[in-house]
Amino acid sequence: MRKSSCRRGGTPEDIRMKNEEEASERPDNTAFTQQQLPAWQPVLSAGIIIPGFLIIGLAFLGIGIALFLTSQTIQVLEMDYTGVEKDSPCFRCTSPSNQTCTCEVTFSLSTLFTGPVFFYYGLSNYFQNFRKYGVSKDDYQLTGDTQYFKSPRDVCFPYAHDSKNNPIVPCGAIASSMFNDTFELYQIINGTKKKVPLDGKGISWWTDYNIKYRNPLPVNGSFASAFDGTVKPINWPKAAYELDLTDPNNNGFLNQDFLVWMRRAALPQFRKLYRRITEGDYATGLPAGNYSLTVYYNYPVLSFDGRKKVVFSNVSWMGGKNDFLGIAYLVVGSLCVVMSVVMLIVYAKFKFSDDDDA
Amino acid sequence: MLRRRLNRLCGGDENRVDSRTIYVGHRPCPDTEAFIPSKFCDNRIVSSKYTVWNFLPKNLFEQFRRIANFYFLIIFLVQVIVDTPTSPVTSGLPLFFVITVTAIKQGYEDCLRHKADNEVNKYLVTVLEDDRSVKKESEKIKVGDVVEVVEDETFPCDLILLESSREDGTCFVTTASLDGESNHKTHYTVQDTEKDLQALTATIECEQPQPDLYKFVGRMHIYKAEQEPAVRSLGPENLLLKGATLKNTKKIYGVAVYTGMETKMALNYQGKSQKRSAVEKSINAFLLVYLCILISKAVVCTTLKYVWQSKEGQDEPWYNQKTQKEKDTNMYLKMFTDFLSFMVLFNFIIPVSMYVTVEMQKFLGSFFITWDKDFFDSEIEEGALVNTSDLNEELGQVEYVFTDKTGTLTQNNMEFIECCIDGFQYKHRDTQSEVDGFTMTDGVMNKLHQKAGQEKEELFLRALCLCHTVQVKEPGSKEALTDQVDGIDGILPQLEEERGFIASSPDEIALVKGAMKYGFTFLGLESKSMKIKNRENNIEEYKLLHVLNFDPVRRRMSVIVQTKSGETLLFCKGADSSIFPRVKPEEVDRIRMHVERNATEGYRTLCVAFKQLSAEEYAMADKGLSDARLALQDREEKLIAVYNQVETGMSLIGATAVEDRLQEEAAETMEALQGAGMKVWVLTGDKMETAKSTCYACRLFQRGTELLELTVRTLEDERLKRQEKLYELLQEYHRKAVQDAPPVKAGVTRSWSANQDYGFIIDGATLSLLMNPPLEADASQYKSLFLQICQNCTAVLCCRMAPLQKAQIVKMVKNSKGSPITLSIGDGANDVSMILEAHVGIGIKGKEGRQAVRNSDYAIPKLKHLKKLLLAHGHLYYVRIAHLVQYFFYKNLCFILPQFLYQFFCGCSQQPLYDAAYLTMYNICFTSMPILAYSLLEQHIDIEILLDNAALYREIANNAMLRWRPFLYWTVLGIFQGLLFFFGVRFLFSNPALQDNGQVFGNWSYGTIVFTVLVFTVTLKLALDTRHWTWINHFVIWGSLAFYVFFSFFWGGIIWPFLKQQRLYFVFANMLSSVSAWLVIIILILLSLLPEILLVVLRKPRGPHSRQKKPSQSNVGGNQSSQSSARPLLMRTFSDESNPVI
Repeated sequence: MRKSSCRRGGTPEDIRMKNEEEASERPDNTAFTQQQLPAWQPVLSAGIIIPGFLIIGLAFLGIGIALFLTSQTIQVLEMDYTGVEKDSPCFRCTSPSNQTCTCEVTFSLSTLFTGPVFFYYGLSNYFQNFRKYGVSKDDYQLTGDTQYFKSPRDVCFPYAHDSKNNPIVPCGAIASSMFNDTFELYQIINGTKKKVPLDGKGISWWTDYNIKYRNPLPVNGSFASAFDGTVKPINWPKAAYELDLTDPNNNGFLNQDFLVWMRRAALPQFRKLYRRITEGDYATGLPAGNYSLTVYYNYPVLSFDGRKKVVFSNVSWMGGKNDFLGIAYLVVGSLCVVMSVVMLIVYAKFKFSDDDDA
Repeated sequence: MLRRRLNRLCGGDENRVDSRTIYVGHRPCPDTEAFIPSKFCDNRIVSSKYTVWNFLPKNLFEQFRRIANFYFLIIFLVQVIVDTPTSPVTSGLPLFFVITVTAIKQGYEDCLRHKADNEVNKYLVTVLEDDRSVKKESEKIKVGDVVEVVEDETFPCDLILLESSREDGTCFVTTASLDGESNHKTHYTVQDTEKDLQALTATIECEQPQPDLYKFVGRMHIYKAEQEPAVRSLGPENLLLKGATLKNTKKIYGVAVYTGMETKMALNYQGKSQKRSAVEKSINAFLLVYLCILISKAVVCTTLKYVWQSKEGQDEPWYNQKTQKEKDTNMYLKMFTDFLSFMVLFNFIIPVSMYVTVEMQKFLGSFFITWDKDFFDSEIEEGALVNTSDLNEELGQVEYVFTDKTGTLTQNNMEFIECCIDGFQYKHRDTQSEVDGFTMTDGVMNKLHQKAGQEKEELFLRALCLCHTVQVKEPGSKEALTDQVDGIDGILPQLEEERGFIASSPDEIALVKGAMKYGFTFLGLESKSMKIKNRENNIEEYKLLHVLNFDPVRRRMSVIVQTKSGETLLFCKGADSSIFPRVKPEEVDRIRMHVERNATEGYRTLCVAFKQLSAEEYAMADKGLSDARLALQDREEKLIAVYNQVETGMSLIGATAVEDRLQEEAAETMEALQGAGMKVWVLTGDKMETAKSTCYACRLFQRGTELLELTVRTLEDERLKRQEKLYELLQEYHRKAVQDAPPVKAGVTRSWSANQDYGFIIDGATLSLLMNPPLEADASQYKSLFLQICQNCTAVLCCRMAPLQKAQIVKMVKNSKGSPITLSIGDGANDVSMILEAHVGIGIKGKEGRQAVRNSDYAIPKLKHLKKLLLAHGHLYYVRIAHLVQYFFYKNLCFILPQFLYQFFCGCSQQPLYDAAYLTMYNICFTSMPILAYSLLEQHIDIEILLDNAALYREIANNAMLRWRPFLYWTVLGIFQGLLFFFGVRFLFSNPALQDNGQVFGNWSYGTIVFTVLVFTVTLKLALDTRHWTWINHFVIWGSLAFYVFFSFFWGGIIWPFLKQQRLYFVFANMLSSVSAWLVIIILILLSLLPEILLVVLRKPRGPHSRQKKPSQSNVGGNQSSQSSARPLLMRTFSDESNPVI
C-alpha cells in the first residue's frame, strides 16, 4: 500500500556536524533542529493501491464466506413464552393473581441439534442499561465485605432497605431484579418424559466467578449466619445464601445465574446464558424428537411491554449465530475488489490518453 | 493654588497637571510658592504580578477568565453538584492538570520577576542628604533626591545629570538593556549649574512621565542669592534613564525626576497588544459550531427522554424504581438537571487538551525558527528571533507584504558615487572604469571637461565637511565618542579602516568620506570647534554655533558655523524637494537635471545649499532657537518654525549622489514572494525616482510593467484642480487595471494569468489627499477605488511616506474587504508603527538600531531570510496547525457520537458508553501524542521544494485548510465514522454470545469494542495523513497504540482497591479472546478508513510529484507546472514509479 522512498539518508556525520568553533549564538546544526530528520515518505500510487485493494478484497471475501457458512451451520431455536396470545401455553400465568404458575412449552426437532447445546433466556424491551439501574449495586457487598452488609451504599436506594429498614443484601436494583423463571427440559420418548440434564456451571465469566465476586466468610461455620441482620431482596423468593443449596460452590454471590444477571446487557433486547446441555445422552446434542419445556413462570414483563423467550443454540469458533459479520465481510470484500477493477479501468484509460499526449 | 493643594491631599492627582515640579535635594526655593513636598510614587519596581498571599486567588481568577477554562470549570461544577453519569474526576482531572501546570509556570515566572525586582529594589545606592552621602536601598529613592552613580553601575531611576567627574561635563552611557544599542551615548550636565551641589538651589519643571525613550522636555530654574533665577532647558541629552549603564565616567551626580513605575523603562515595560492569528479565529468559530452541536445533542436527548418516559410503563419499570426524593422533585428541575447531565456526558466533544496541545505546538514549534541555521548571519553572529509564538501559522497566510526600502531592500551601506557642483558633474572613479569616468590620482579631484570655479568647488566640499553630525573616533582610544545629538533614529557605530566615523545616519559618513576623496578631511569636533584639513593640508577651524537637526518631516538639516574671519555661515543639506523651494529658482535648473538622473539610477541624492548670515540675522536666529529650546510645551513645533525661518533664501551649491546597495538576494526574494501570490508594497520615505529604480532593481517592476502614477506631478493639470484630477486619474486607472483586466478566478495565479502587469506609484502628499479629501463623502469612494486598483497591481510603491502614513496604509489594507493578512518588514524606528499595525511584524536586525526588532513579532538578520520564513516555515506551520485543529475536532466528534447514539438504546438515561478511564485518557494519553508529533514534524512537502516552488504557497492562501468546506469534510468524516463504530458493534451485539464458550458480553464490552475501534481508527487516520515519517512519528503512533493495548490490559487486569466498582475487570482481555470481536474491529477500522484511502488516491499529489518537475519549469511557476501537478495520482502511471525520484 505504501512505497517507501527513504531520502536524505542521514549519515551520522550529517546528524551531528557540530562545529566546535561556532559561537554559542549559532543554532545547533543537528538534523532535528534543522527539520532534516531522515524520513520515510510513503507514496500511495496506483501500482500499490490496485493490487492492495485486490488482495484485501479477496482476503475479506474469503473470511466473509467462511463466516457466513459457519453462521449458517449454527442451529438456533427461539421460542417466545411470554404468553401474550390467548392460545399460548403460558397465557394463564400472565395474570398477576397467579403467584406460582407453571406452564409447558412443547417443541419438536426434526434433526439432531448438534451439541454442545446452549440454553439462553432472552428479554426484550428490558433496559438493563439504565444508568441509575446500572450503578445500583454495592461492589463491596459483592466481594463479601460484611461491613457493608449493614449500611449499603447510597446508590442502592430505593433497594437498600426494606420497609422495616433492614438492610438488603445484595442491595440495589440489579440484584433485586434478578431473573427468576426456571426451566426444566424433557424429551418425550413414547409419551414418557425423560429429563434432559442441564449444566449450570461455566455459564458466567471465569473471572467473575473466581476473582471479582466473593462470598462472605462463614460465621461459626454457617454460611447463612454471615447474612444475619440483613434481609433478602424484596423480589427474591429466597435469600442469597439459599440460591443453590445443593452446591455450596454455586451459592450466595457465586451463584452463576446471579453472576450472569449481574453482567449487564448492552442493549434493551438481550439474551443471557441459562444452561449448557453437555451431559449424559445429550452431550452430542439434542436428538430429533419431541421435547417439553416446563417453565416456572415468575418474572413479570408485561407491565413494561417486555417479552421473554428461550433460545437453544450451538456455537462455533465465532460464537453464536450472527449473519451480520459474514455479510459485512462479503460486502466490504467485494467492494474492494470492484474498486480495484474500477481503478484499473480508470488507470488504463488515462494511461492510454497519456500515451496519446506523448 | 488651593485646588492644587487639595488635589495633592486627595492622593496626588497628578494627571491633570501637565508638568511636575521637582525641588533638587528637597531644598525649598526662595521664590514663588511655599515648599510643597509633592507626592510621587516611590522607586520600587514591581514587575511581578502576584504576591504570596494573592497568588492563588488572583492566578485562578486570571486563568478562569479564559473562556475555555471557564467552560470546563462550569462542567466540572455541574458534575460535582448534579447527579451526573460521569464522575467529576473525568473532567476535573484534566482541568486540574492544565490549571496546575499553568499556575506553576506562571508562579515560577513570577518568582523570577520577584527576584529580579528585589535585586533592583534592594540595590544600595548613594544619596546625598544634607551634606553627607547616605547609603540607601534603591527603592527608597524619592523624586528630588540627588543620587551618586559610579562607573559601570546602572542608574536606579531617571536622573537629570547635574555633575560629572569628567572635565567637560559629559558622561557616557550605554542603553543596551533598554533598546539593545550597545554603543556609548554622550549625555550632558545642565549648563551653568553650581559645582557645589550642596549649595545648589533649583527646581526642575518637566513633563509628566511618558514612555518615549527619546523625548524629554524640561526646564531648570537655578536660584542664586541676590540674582534673577537662571533658566536652563533640559532635553533628552540631560536625562539618564533607569536601566542604562554609566560608562567611561568615574561618577556622576543626578537628581531623580522619575522614579519607580514612572521611569521610562517601566513605562515601556508594558507589553505589546496581543495579536490574534486567523487560525485562532477559526478555532473559535469551530468551537461555537461544536458548542451548538453539544447543546442540540443535549436538548435532543432530554426531549427524547421525556417523550419516551411518557409511554406507559417506561418511566419507572418495577425493576428500576425511583427513590422518594426523585419522585418529589419538580418536573422542570428534573428536566434541567437531565439537560445538564447530558451536557456533561457529551462535553468531551470540546476537549481541554486541544488548547494545551495548540499552545504546546506553537511554543515548541517556534523553536524551529530560532534553530534554523539558514537564518544565522555570520556578520552579526545572530540568528532569527521569535518574540511571539502565537503567529507562526500566520506566516503561511500572508497576502500583502509591506516593506521598507532603506535598510530592508537595500543594505543601508552608503557609498559616495558622484557629486555635482554648480551644474558640473564630478565622478570618482571606482574599480571599473566607465565611459564618463575620469582618471584621477589619489587626493586629487577629477572633473568633467568644464569644471566649476575653484571657489565654488571648495565651498561645496567645505559644506560637505561641516554640515553633519558625524563624530570622529580616534583609533585605539578607549573613550569611544558617539554622535552628539542622536536624532530620532537609533545609531550604531560605523567603523572605518583608517578613520572611524560615528554618525546617526550612514549617508553622512558617506558624504564625509566622499569629501575626503576630494581632499577635504574632517578632523573632528573639539569644544565646539570643527577642524578641517583642506587640500593644501592646512587646518581650518570653524566654530559650531548651532545644529539644526535632521528630522524626517523637514527632510533636511543645517549647521551654523563661524569662520575664523568672523563670517557666520549656514550650510544646509537635504532632499531636493525640501531644498529647492528654499533657494533661488535660477540655480535650481542647472542642478535638477543631475539630481533626477542620479535618482533614476537608484542613487540617494542630497542637495547642498549655503547662506551667509549677517550679524542681525544671526542674532535673531540665535534668540529664536534659544527661546524655542526652553519652551516646555510644543518645543518641537516651535523649533521647526524657527528652523524654517532660518533656512530660507539660501543659494544652491551642488548635489551629491550616494549609492545604497541592494540587499543580498533582494530580487530573488521579491520574485519568490510575488510568485507565492503575495502583493509587495514598498513603503519608503525616499523620493520617487530612487524608490522606483530600487523597485526595478528588485524586479518588483518588470520591463513590461505599466506604471500607474498618482503623484503630485501627475496631479498637476492646467484645467483641473488637484482634487478633480485625482478623481479623474483614479477612474482612469480603475478602468485600466480593474475593469479591462480579464476576470481572474479567486485564488489562482493572478499575476501569471493577467496579460498586463500593472505597477502603482503613489506619494505621501497624494495619499493624504486621498485619505482626507475635502469632502468627507468622497473618502470611502476614493479609498475603495484606490484599493481595487492596488489589488490588481503586482506591485505598489508608496514613496515620500511619513512613518505614520506607512501605518495608515497598512491599516487601510488590513481593514479592506476580505481582511487580508498583512506583513510588515522593516529595520528602522520609522517602521515601528507599521510593524505594530500589520498582522505580522518582522524586524530586520539592521544598522538602524534595535527598535524595529524590539517591536516585531519575528526578527531576522537579512531580507533574504524572509523567503524561507514565509515559504517554508510559514507554509508548514499553517498546514500543521490547521490539520491539528481539524483533527482535534474530528477525533472528538467520532469519540462522542457513539455515546450520543447509545442514548437511544438505553432509554436516554445518560449511561456512558465508555468507562470513565477511557473518557479521561482518550484526549490526554491515547490520541494526544501522535497529533502533537505530527504538528511539529510534518513536512507534507519538502522544504527545498517549497522554496523552489513559490506557487505552492498559494495552495494554502485564504486560510484554505480552515474554511468551512474542509471543516465540513472533517465533520462529515467524523459523523460517518462515529455512525459506523456504533452501528457496526450494534449489529454484532444483536447476538451478544460472542465467545466460543457461549458466554455473553455486556455493556462494558460493547463500549470497549467501540473504543478500541475508535482509538485505532483516529490514530491510523493520522498515520494516513502523515507524509513525513521520522522515527519520532513511528515511535509515537505505534507507541500510543501499544500503550492503549497495554493500558487496557493493565486497567482491566487488576482489582483496583480505590475504585468502588470493577466494571472493566477483564473486559478487554475477554474481548480479545473472541474471534468475532477481532473481526469486527478489523473490518470497522478498514471501512472507516476506506473513504480516506480512496481520497488520498484520487487527490492530486503534492510532494512526490512536484519533485519531478525540472527546475526550469518550477522557476517559471507557470501554467504548465500547475497543470501537471493537478493530475490526480491515479493518472500517474506505473512508469512514474519505475523512475524512482530521489
